[in-house]
Amino acid sequence: MWQGLYEELAGLNFMIIAVAMDSREGDPLPWIDAANPTYVCLIDRDHRLAELYGVVNVPEAIWIDEKGRIVRPAETAGAYEGFRKMNRATREMPEDVARTTAEARTTYLHAIRDWVRRGDASEHVFRPEQARAHLPALNEDIATAQAMFRLGQFLIRRGEREEGDRWLAEASQRHPDSWCIWRQRAGVNEQGLAALPDFWQRVDALGDKRYYAHVDMKGMP
Amino acid sequence: MVTVLTESGEWPVAEAEASGDALWMPAREAEAATGWVAKPEGLCKGEICVPLPPGREQEFVRTGRMNLGALWRHLGHPVAHSARGDAWVLAQSARDRSSSRQSLMAPDFTLPDPAGRKHSLSDHRGKKILLVTWASW
Repeated sequence: MWQGLYEELAGLNFMIIAVAMDSREGDPLPWIDAANPTYVCLIDRDHRLAELYGVVNVPEAIWIDEKGRIVRPAETAGAYEGFRKMNRATREMPEDVARTTAEARTTYLHAIRDWVRRGDASEHVFRPEQARAHLPALNEDIATAQAMFRLGQFLIRRGEREEGDRWLAEASQRHPDSWCIWRQRAGVNEQGLAALPDFWQRVDALGDKRYYAHVDMKGMP
Repeated sequence: MVTVLTESGEWPVAEAEASGDALWMPAREAEAATGWVAKPEGLCKGEICVPLPPGREQEFVRTGRMNLGALWRHLGHPVAHSARGDAWVLAQSARDRSSSRQSLMAPDFTLPDPAGRKHSLSDHRGKKILLVTWASW
């Protein structure tokens, strides 16, 4: 998804930094090879971006201008939760949902192009007060969950899986809105996706709540 | 050996002693890992000094040593440590993090690429950056 956009805009003083929120060492590598990216790809096994920017799911993106200012805080990056409405046996997507999914992606990519070309004149750039109002939620439970997650990851890397997993579970309980934390300990299916029955159960439990938070951008579903 | 995980990285500290909620270590290593030092006015990091509760100074500082576990709780920052006490995360509180987020300046970070080379956000200052997350799962 990002390579085409990067090639299109690379001459305009623009960089994409794609960060894999993967902790199982080696997991993202085949995906990075397949994408053959010329932008920067990094691996964030301790979810530093969750601490610093409030990322709770993927794909989320942050827009940063030339001066290092955040002009759009962490938000869903062109994704729409059409998968919730697909037929789980056949994996078929109703046509209107597929259309909405494609629209979300197109709208978001157009917004990026507009920003890269027009800078602060783009209607998609938040003024500082707006940007502050869109900062992700942060409270002491979330900060504690992130500390527990980091401890768990460290212990797992050191070979202490059992205790490490306990910390990840506790982190997920403290910060249930984070899919990044939850999915890191979820089992994966034969496609390598955390889409086993417990995933669907957790998604269904959202009810009317979004899986990918709504993005405050004109034309977004 | 205790490994202390802070905002600035992972710090193995040979002369650290952990027991319950206390994490004592030589003052110079506490400073290297966290930036906090003992001064006559209290415990300080840069310009900020936190006075110690009168009569309880010994819980925080003893000759040449500092109790980072006690300091972190006193500051209201999150602490998490392994059951054996040999791995400690000394994190930043939501209050402090929120106030730095209000500046809207993108906080810098350093992460490895797949080949293990480190990259920092600040390497790309002067460009517009789309910082985007993804995962294999």
